Amino acid sequence: MIRVVLPYHLRNLAKVGREIELEVAAPVTQRTVLDALEARYPMLRGTIRDFDTQKRRAFLRFFACEEDLSNESPDAPLPEAVASGAEPYYVVGAMAGG
Amino acid sequence: MSRVRVLVGTKKGAFVLTSDGKREKWDISGPHFAGWEIYHVKGSPVNPNRIYASQTSGWFGQVMQRSDDGGKTWEPIGNEFKYEGEVGQHLFYDGTPRPWAFKRVWHLEPSLADADAVYAGIEDAALFRSGDGGKSWQEMTGMRLQGTGDKWAPGAGGMCLHTILIDPTRHERMYVAISAAGAFRSDDAGKSWRPINKGLPQPYEGADPNAEVGFCVHRIAMHPSRPDVLFMQKHWDVMRSDNGGESWQEVSGNLPTDFGFPIDVHAHEPETIYVVPIKSDSEHFPPDGKLRVYRSRTGGNEWEALTKGLPQSDCYVNVLRDAMAVDRLDSCGVYFGTTGGQVYASPDGGDRWSAIAEHLPPVLSVEVQTLA
Repeated sequence: MIRVVLPYHLRNLAKVGREIELEVAAPVTQRTVLDALEARYPMLRGTIRDFDTQKRRAFLRFFACEEDLSNESPDAPLPEAVASGAEPYYVVGAMAGG
Repeated sequence: MSRVRVLVGTKKGAFVLTSDGKREKWDISGPHFAGWEIYHVKGSPVNPNRIYASQTSGWFGQVMQRSDDGGKTWEPIGNEFKYEGEVGQHLFYDGTPRPWAFKRVWHLEPSLADADAVYAGIEDAALFRSGDGGKSWQEMTGMRLQGTGDKWAPGAGGMCLHTILIDPTRHERMYVAISAAGAFRSDDAGKSWRPINKGLPQPYEGADPNAEVGFCVHRIAMHPSRPDVLFMQKHWDVMRSDNGGESWQEVSGNLPTDFGFPIDVHAHEPETIYVVPIKSDSEHFPPDGKLRVYRSRTGGNEWEALTKGLPQSDCYVNVLRDAMAVDRLDSCGVYFGTTGGQVYASPDGGDRWSAIAEHLPPVLSVEVQTLA
């Protein structure tokens, strides 16, 4: 199971709690995790990644294992601790605006 | 007894205000979608419990919502707005070409005949339609590709398609308005469009007097009984057309300033119209710190200030283009919301006003449903 932590507003949109669990087939990458997330919660499509480019929206960041993965390749393997479910994958709203 | 439901979109959520036909006591529910910008909320005239909302955020982009119980509960619906065909270029502020890119939904116009059909006006300017209750959206390409798009440029708020009007007597006739391109009309249910800007004053001295587009139209309104008569609040100038937009005449008359955003028509008097004059394009607040709605009972030119119950000193709020509406009760109610978070209502056509909400986030839009 992959554990994913969503920001407050996306939890409300998807009507889920702070952390959700997803089945993700190998390889476990940012792309496959987000694909699985959007398949389970289609209302999140377009809110994390741009519909057309599939790139991260500018004011969101991705973290795991105390590392900022925001600018890593979406197809790079996520840390083993994320793939094993020991650590969650974080989608975080940037601290900007108000 | 009839009831009234006021749908308020704000910078930090949506609010639903309800009252009986007396319109004296109001219940407020919300915020719905707290923390998100709600550009517009509008109910279907076919099924008033079917309400569509545009929810947007700088962080998370565009979300669309639908309620089927009058705004008590909501479900997310389709939020993908994909331009069809070749995405061309429009002008940017500096005059350079810029490719069309979706930013947000400004306005929702439910069909007059089908509760599952709804139109969406978006930024960058284009018209979309859903025929399945908002699950999916298709671009009506005849609008964006009608031939003048390479000359369209954004207004200060972005290049938004913010007004959609459907002629209630012949649904194939539709109007849209774009800042800062102008007004457009379709006579074939949105398949093809043409500019209808003849007679609009040019914003700059020396500009082409015969330009087809390049006008910062802020809002257009019509009365359902006389759909060929259109009233327009332009960036500057209040205008009217008596021939479905073929030509326009200025009716600013004795207004203290003819800059403003909203314009609306009395529910039962097609020549009674309302505007909220704003000092200027660089000072978006009422002249002299006095919040005054101006009413004309002559379809323009002769205007009277409506002040009773409105702040008449130290008031520096704005009223945005989609933030005024009327109900259809026998004594027509008029409503508007301010960037200061107040929603004002008049149950008697504008003679006296009171705040029915005073401390909301800045109001982006106000719509009213008159319920049996």
